[in-house]
Amino acid sequence: MAPTLAVFKLASCDGCQLTLLDCEDELLALAGEVDITHFLEASSAVAPGPYDLSLVEGSVTTAEDAERIRAIRAASRHLVTIGACATAGGIQALRNFADVDEYRRVVYAHPEYVATLATSTPVSAHVDVDFELRGCPIDRRQLIEVITAFLAGRKPDVPDHSVCFECKRRGTVCVTVAHGTPCLGPVTHAGCGALCPAYHRGCFGCFGPSGSVNLPALIPLLRRDGLDEDAVERFLHTFNAAAFDKIDKE
Amino acid sequence: MTATAAPAVLDRDGLNALVAALVAQGRTVVGPTVRDGAIVLAELSSADALPFGWGVELDAGRYRLVRREDGAAFAHSAGPQSWKNFLHPARERLWSADRTPEGDVSFTADEPETPSYAFLGVRPCDLRAIAIQDRVLAGGRYEDTGYGRRRSGAFLIAAECTEPGATCFCVSTGGGPAADPGYDLALTEMDGRFLVRVGSEEGAELLERVPHRPAGPDLEASARSAVDAARDHMGRSLPPVDLRTLMGASLDAERWDDVAARCLTCGNCTMVCPTCFCTTTEEVTDLTGDHTERWQRWDSCFDLDFSYLHGGPVRASARGRYRQWLTHKLSTWHDQFGTSGCVGCGRCVVWCPAGIDITEEVAALDAERTALGTETD
Ligand code: SF4
Ligand code: SF4
Ligand code: SF4
Ligand code: SF4
Repeated sequence: MAPTLAVFKLASCDGCQLTLLDCEDELLALAGEVDITHFLEASSAVAPGPYDLSLVEGSVTTAEDAERIRAIRAASRHLVTIGACATAGGIQALRNFADVDEYRRVVYAHPEYVATLATSTPVSAHVDVDFELRGCPIDRRQLIEVITAFLAGRKPDVPDHSVCFECKRRGTVCVTVAHGTPCLGPVTHAGCGALCPAYHRGCFGCFGPSGSVNLPALIPLLRRDGLDEDAVERFLHTFNAAAFDKIDKE
Repeated sequence: MTATAAPAVLDRDGLNALVAALVAQGRTVVGPTVRDGAIVLAELSSADALPFGWGVELDAGRYRLVRREDGAAFAHSAGPQSWKNFLHPARERLWSADRTPEGDVSFTADEPETPSYAFLGVRPCDLRAIAIQDRVLAGGRYEDTGYGRRRSGAFLIAAECTEPGATCFCVSTGGGPAADPGYDLALTEMDGRFLVRVGSEEGAELLERVPHRPAGPDLEASARSAVDAARDHMGRSLPPVDLRTLMGASLDAERWDDVAARCLTCGNCTMVCPTCFCTTTEEVTDLTGDHTERWQRWDSCFDLDFSYLHGGPVRASARGRYRQWLTHKLSTWHDQFGTSGCVGCGRCVVWCPAGIDITEEVAALDAERTALGTETD
């Protein structure tokens, strides 16, 4: 019997699970190798677990999600989190640095209807995770690689090094050195293939911190290249705010 | 032999004809050209794509393209790539394997059609770097066959330097702005003309096919003196001490902590370095599991995975990784391959986003040693 694949969603925008549907060239081959038994974005027909491989998108922002992720874990042989929300809390983790009640009051006409936790946390803060695939959104090739690796029972080839490695391998001219453009590439996890620098933009840090981060060395360079203190803060406080925030800045 | 033929001179039409002749031979001509605000190396369809009238302003961690009045084509240095991007590419398939429904496995070595390269504008430091990679990748017991294939057919046209960049220090690595043997043709750009020296039979044959004149002793003498004078205009230098001894004596230096505080461990220095050769292999299976491929890709000693053994990386600290890079370049490279691993091209200085300067780090290590009262020369 083919292994079963399930896709779940917590607090997220759906972009990462959409990446699976975006794997047009591989979808048929994938359907031949796995039985997709739970993937609401693709089909309302769902089968109960257990699942051999569960892909989980989204962060935990409600008490129900915290319950649900435990149930998903219990029903999954392998659990892989996909995307910045699931692996780092996502952009909604900005609440972690603010007063969530105040946000609620300002944003909603009836704040009393909104039940939410004070923080947005990655799945790994709640249950054991077998692999975390980074990105906002995740990279299509990396997703296929991870699924393929789990099917073959091997380690996924998803290096932990910086975006700079990808810039150099693809022959992109460094935007910081050649143009003085602030870039988070030197501290950001590879995976996108160095997309933004190839279009003359600094890296926005979508894939979160790499395996070897030195923020005290990077921040003075960002300042040198024209970002003031607040701008540096904002640069680091996007999709992976909570993950970058955990790293020493001095 | 023709290799010692008297130098010739090409004008811009001659240079155009040279490139056209190489293209007509079916060669992939690669040379400097302007792209994305830098002088990169890319395939050239004609000599018109050369960066005529462009120069560069270089500093540690800083590169700017600047206009030049004189229209020179080769008045630049330390671009973001080197010839290794072509001879030792960032990613290359080595072999693939297939499993039949019966369970038999067959392997196929990857031997793609190799482009017949002609490299135009190889700086003298880069000629030395190619010679170093030849020893490393093609000279030992374990030849990188892909490198060998690409390299053996490559036609090299050197461009000597009369105006070293602010980050150049080839002289203090034992080299200099004049091209050592190893080229097929060597150019020295002199006010819009190109003095040509022939370094091989093949070079001589090519030169015969393009319009050229004998150089005459005056042009030759002024080209020689311009290249000689460039020796005294190096932007940087390494301290004149025995660097192997210095590195060996500096294993516990405090300076490593100082540089580690500034180093992003981003690996840019190793990837722009024309001699760094390290690779890793990745195995890629497809979804069926019946087809697998082995790819080789650039690696770097700044990558944590580089020294990953059971349980974790051996060189976990930035200090350990920076020390590995510098020590390998300047010291243990001698033990492995009989030369230094640095030709003084300055790329690692320019393309380090943090502006970490190898010459400054070595000078600081030397000063620390001297302060401790241990002379190194
Ligand atoms: S552009 Fe950014 S990611 Fe690319 S090499 Fe430069 S600093 Fe690194
Ligand atoms: S170590 Fe730096 S200066 Fe030396 S060859 Fe490599 S890139 Fe060039
Ligand atoms: S310095 Fe590092 S990347 Fe370069 S050849 Fe040595 S070990 Fe390899
Ligand atoms: S020395 Fe510079 S280029 Fe090299 S790893 Fe450190 S920060 Fe990156």
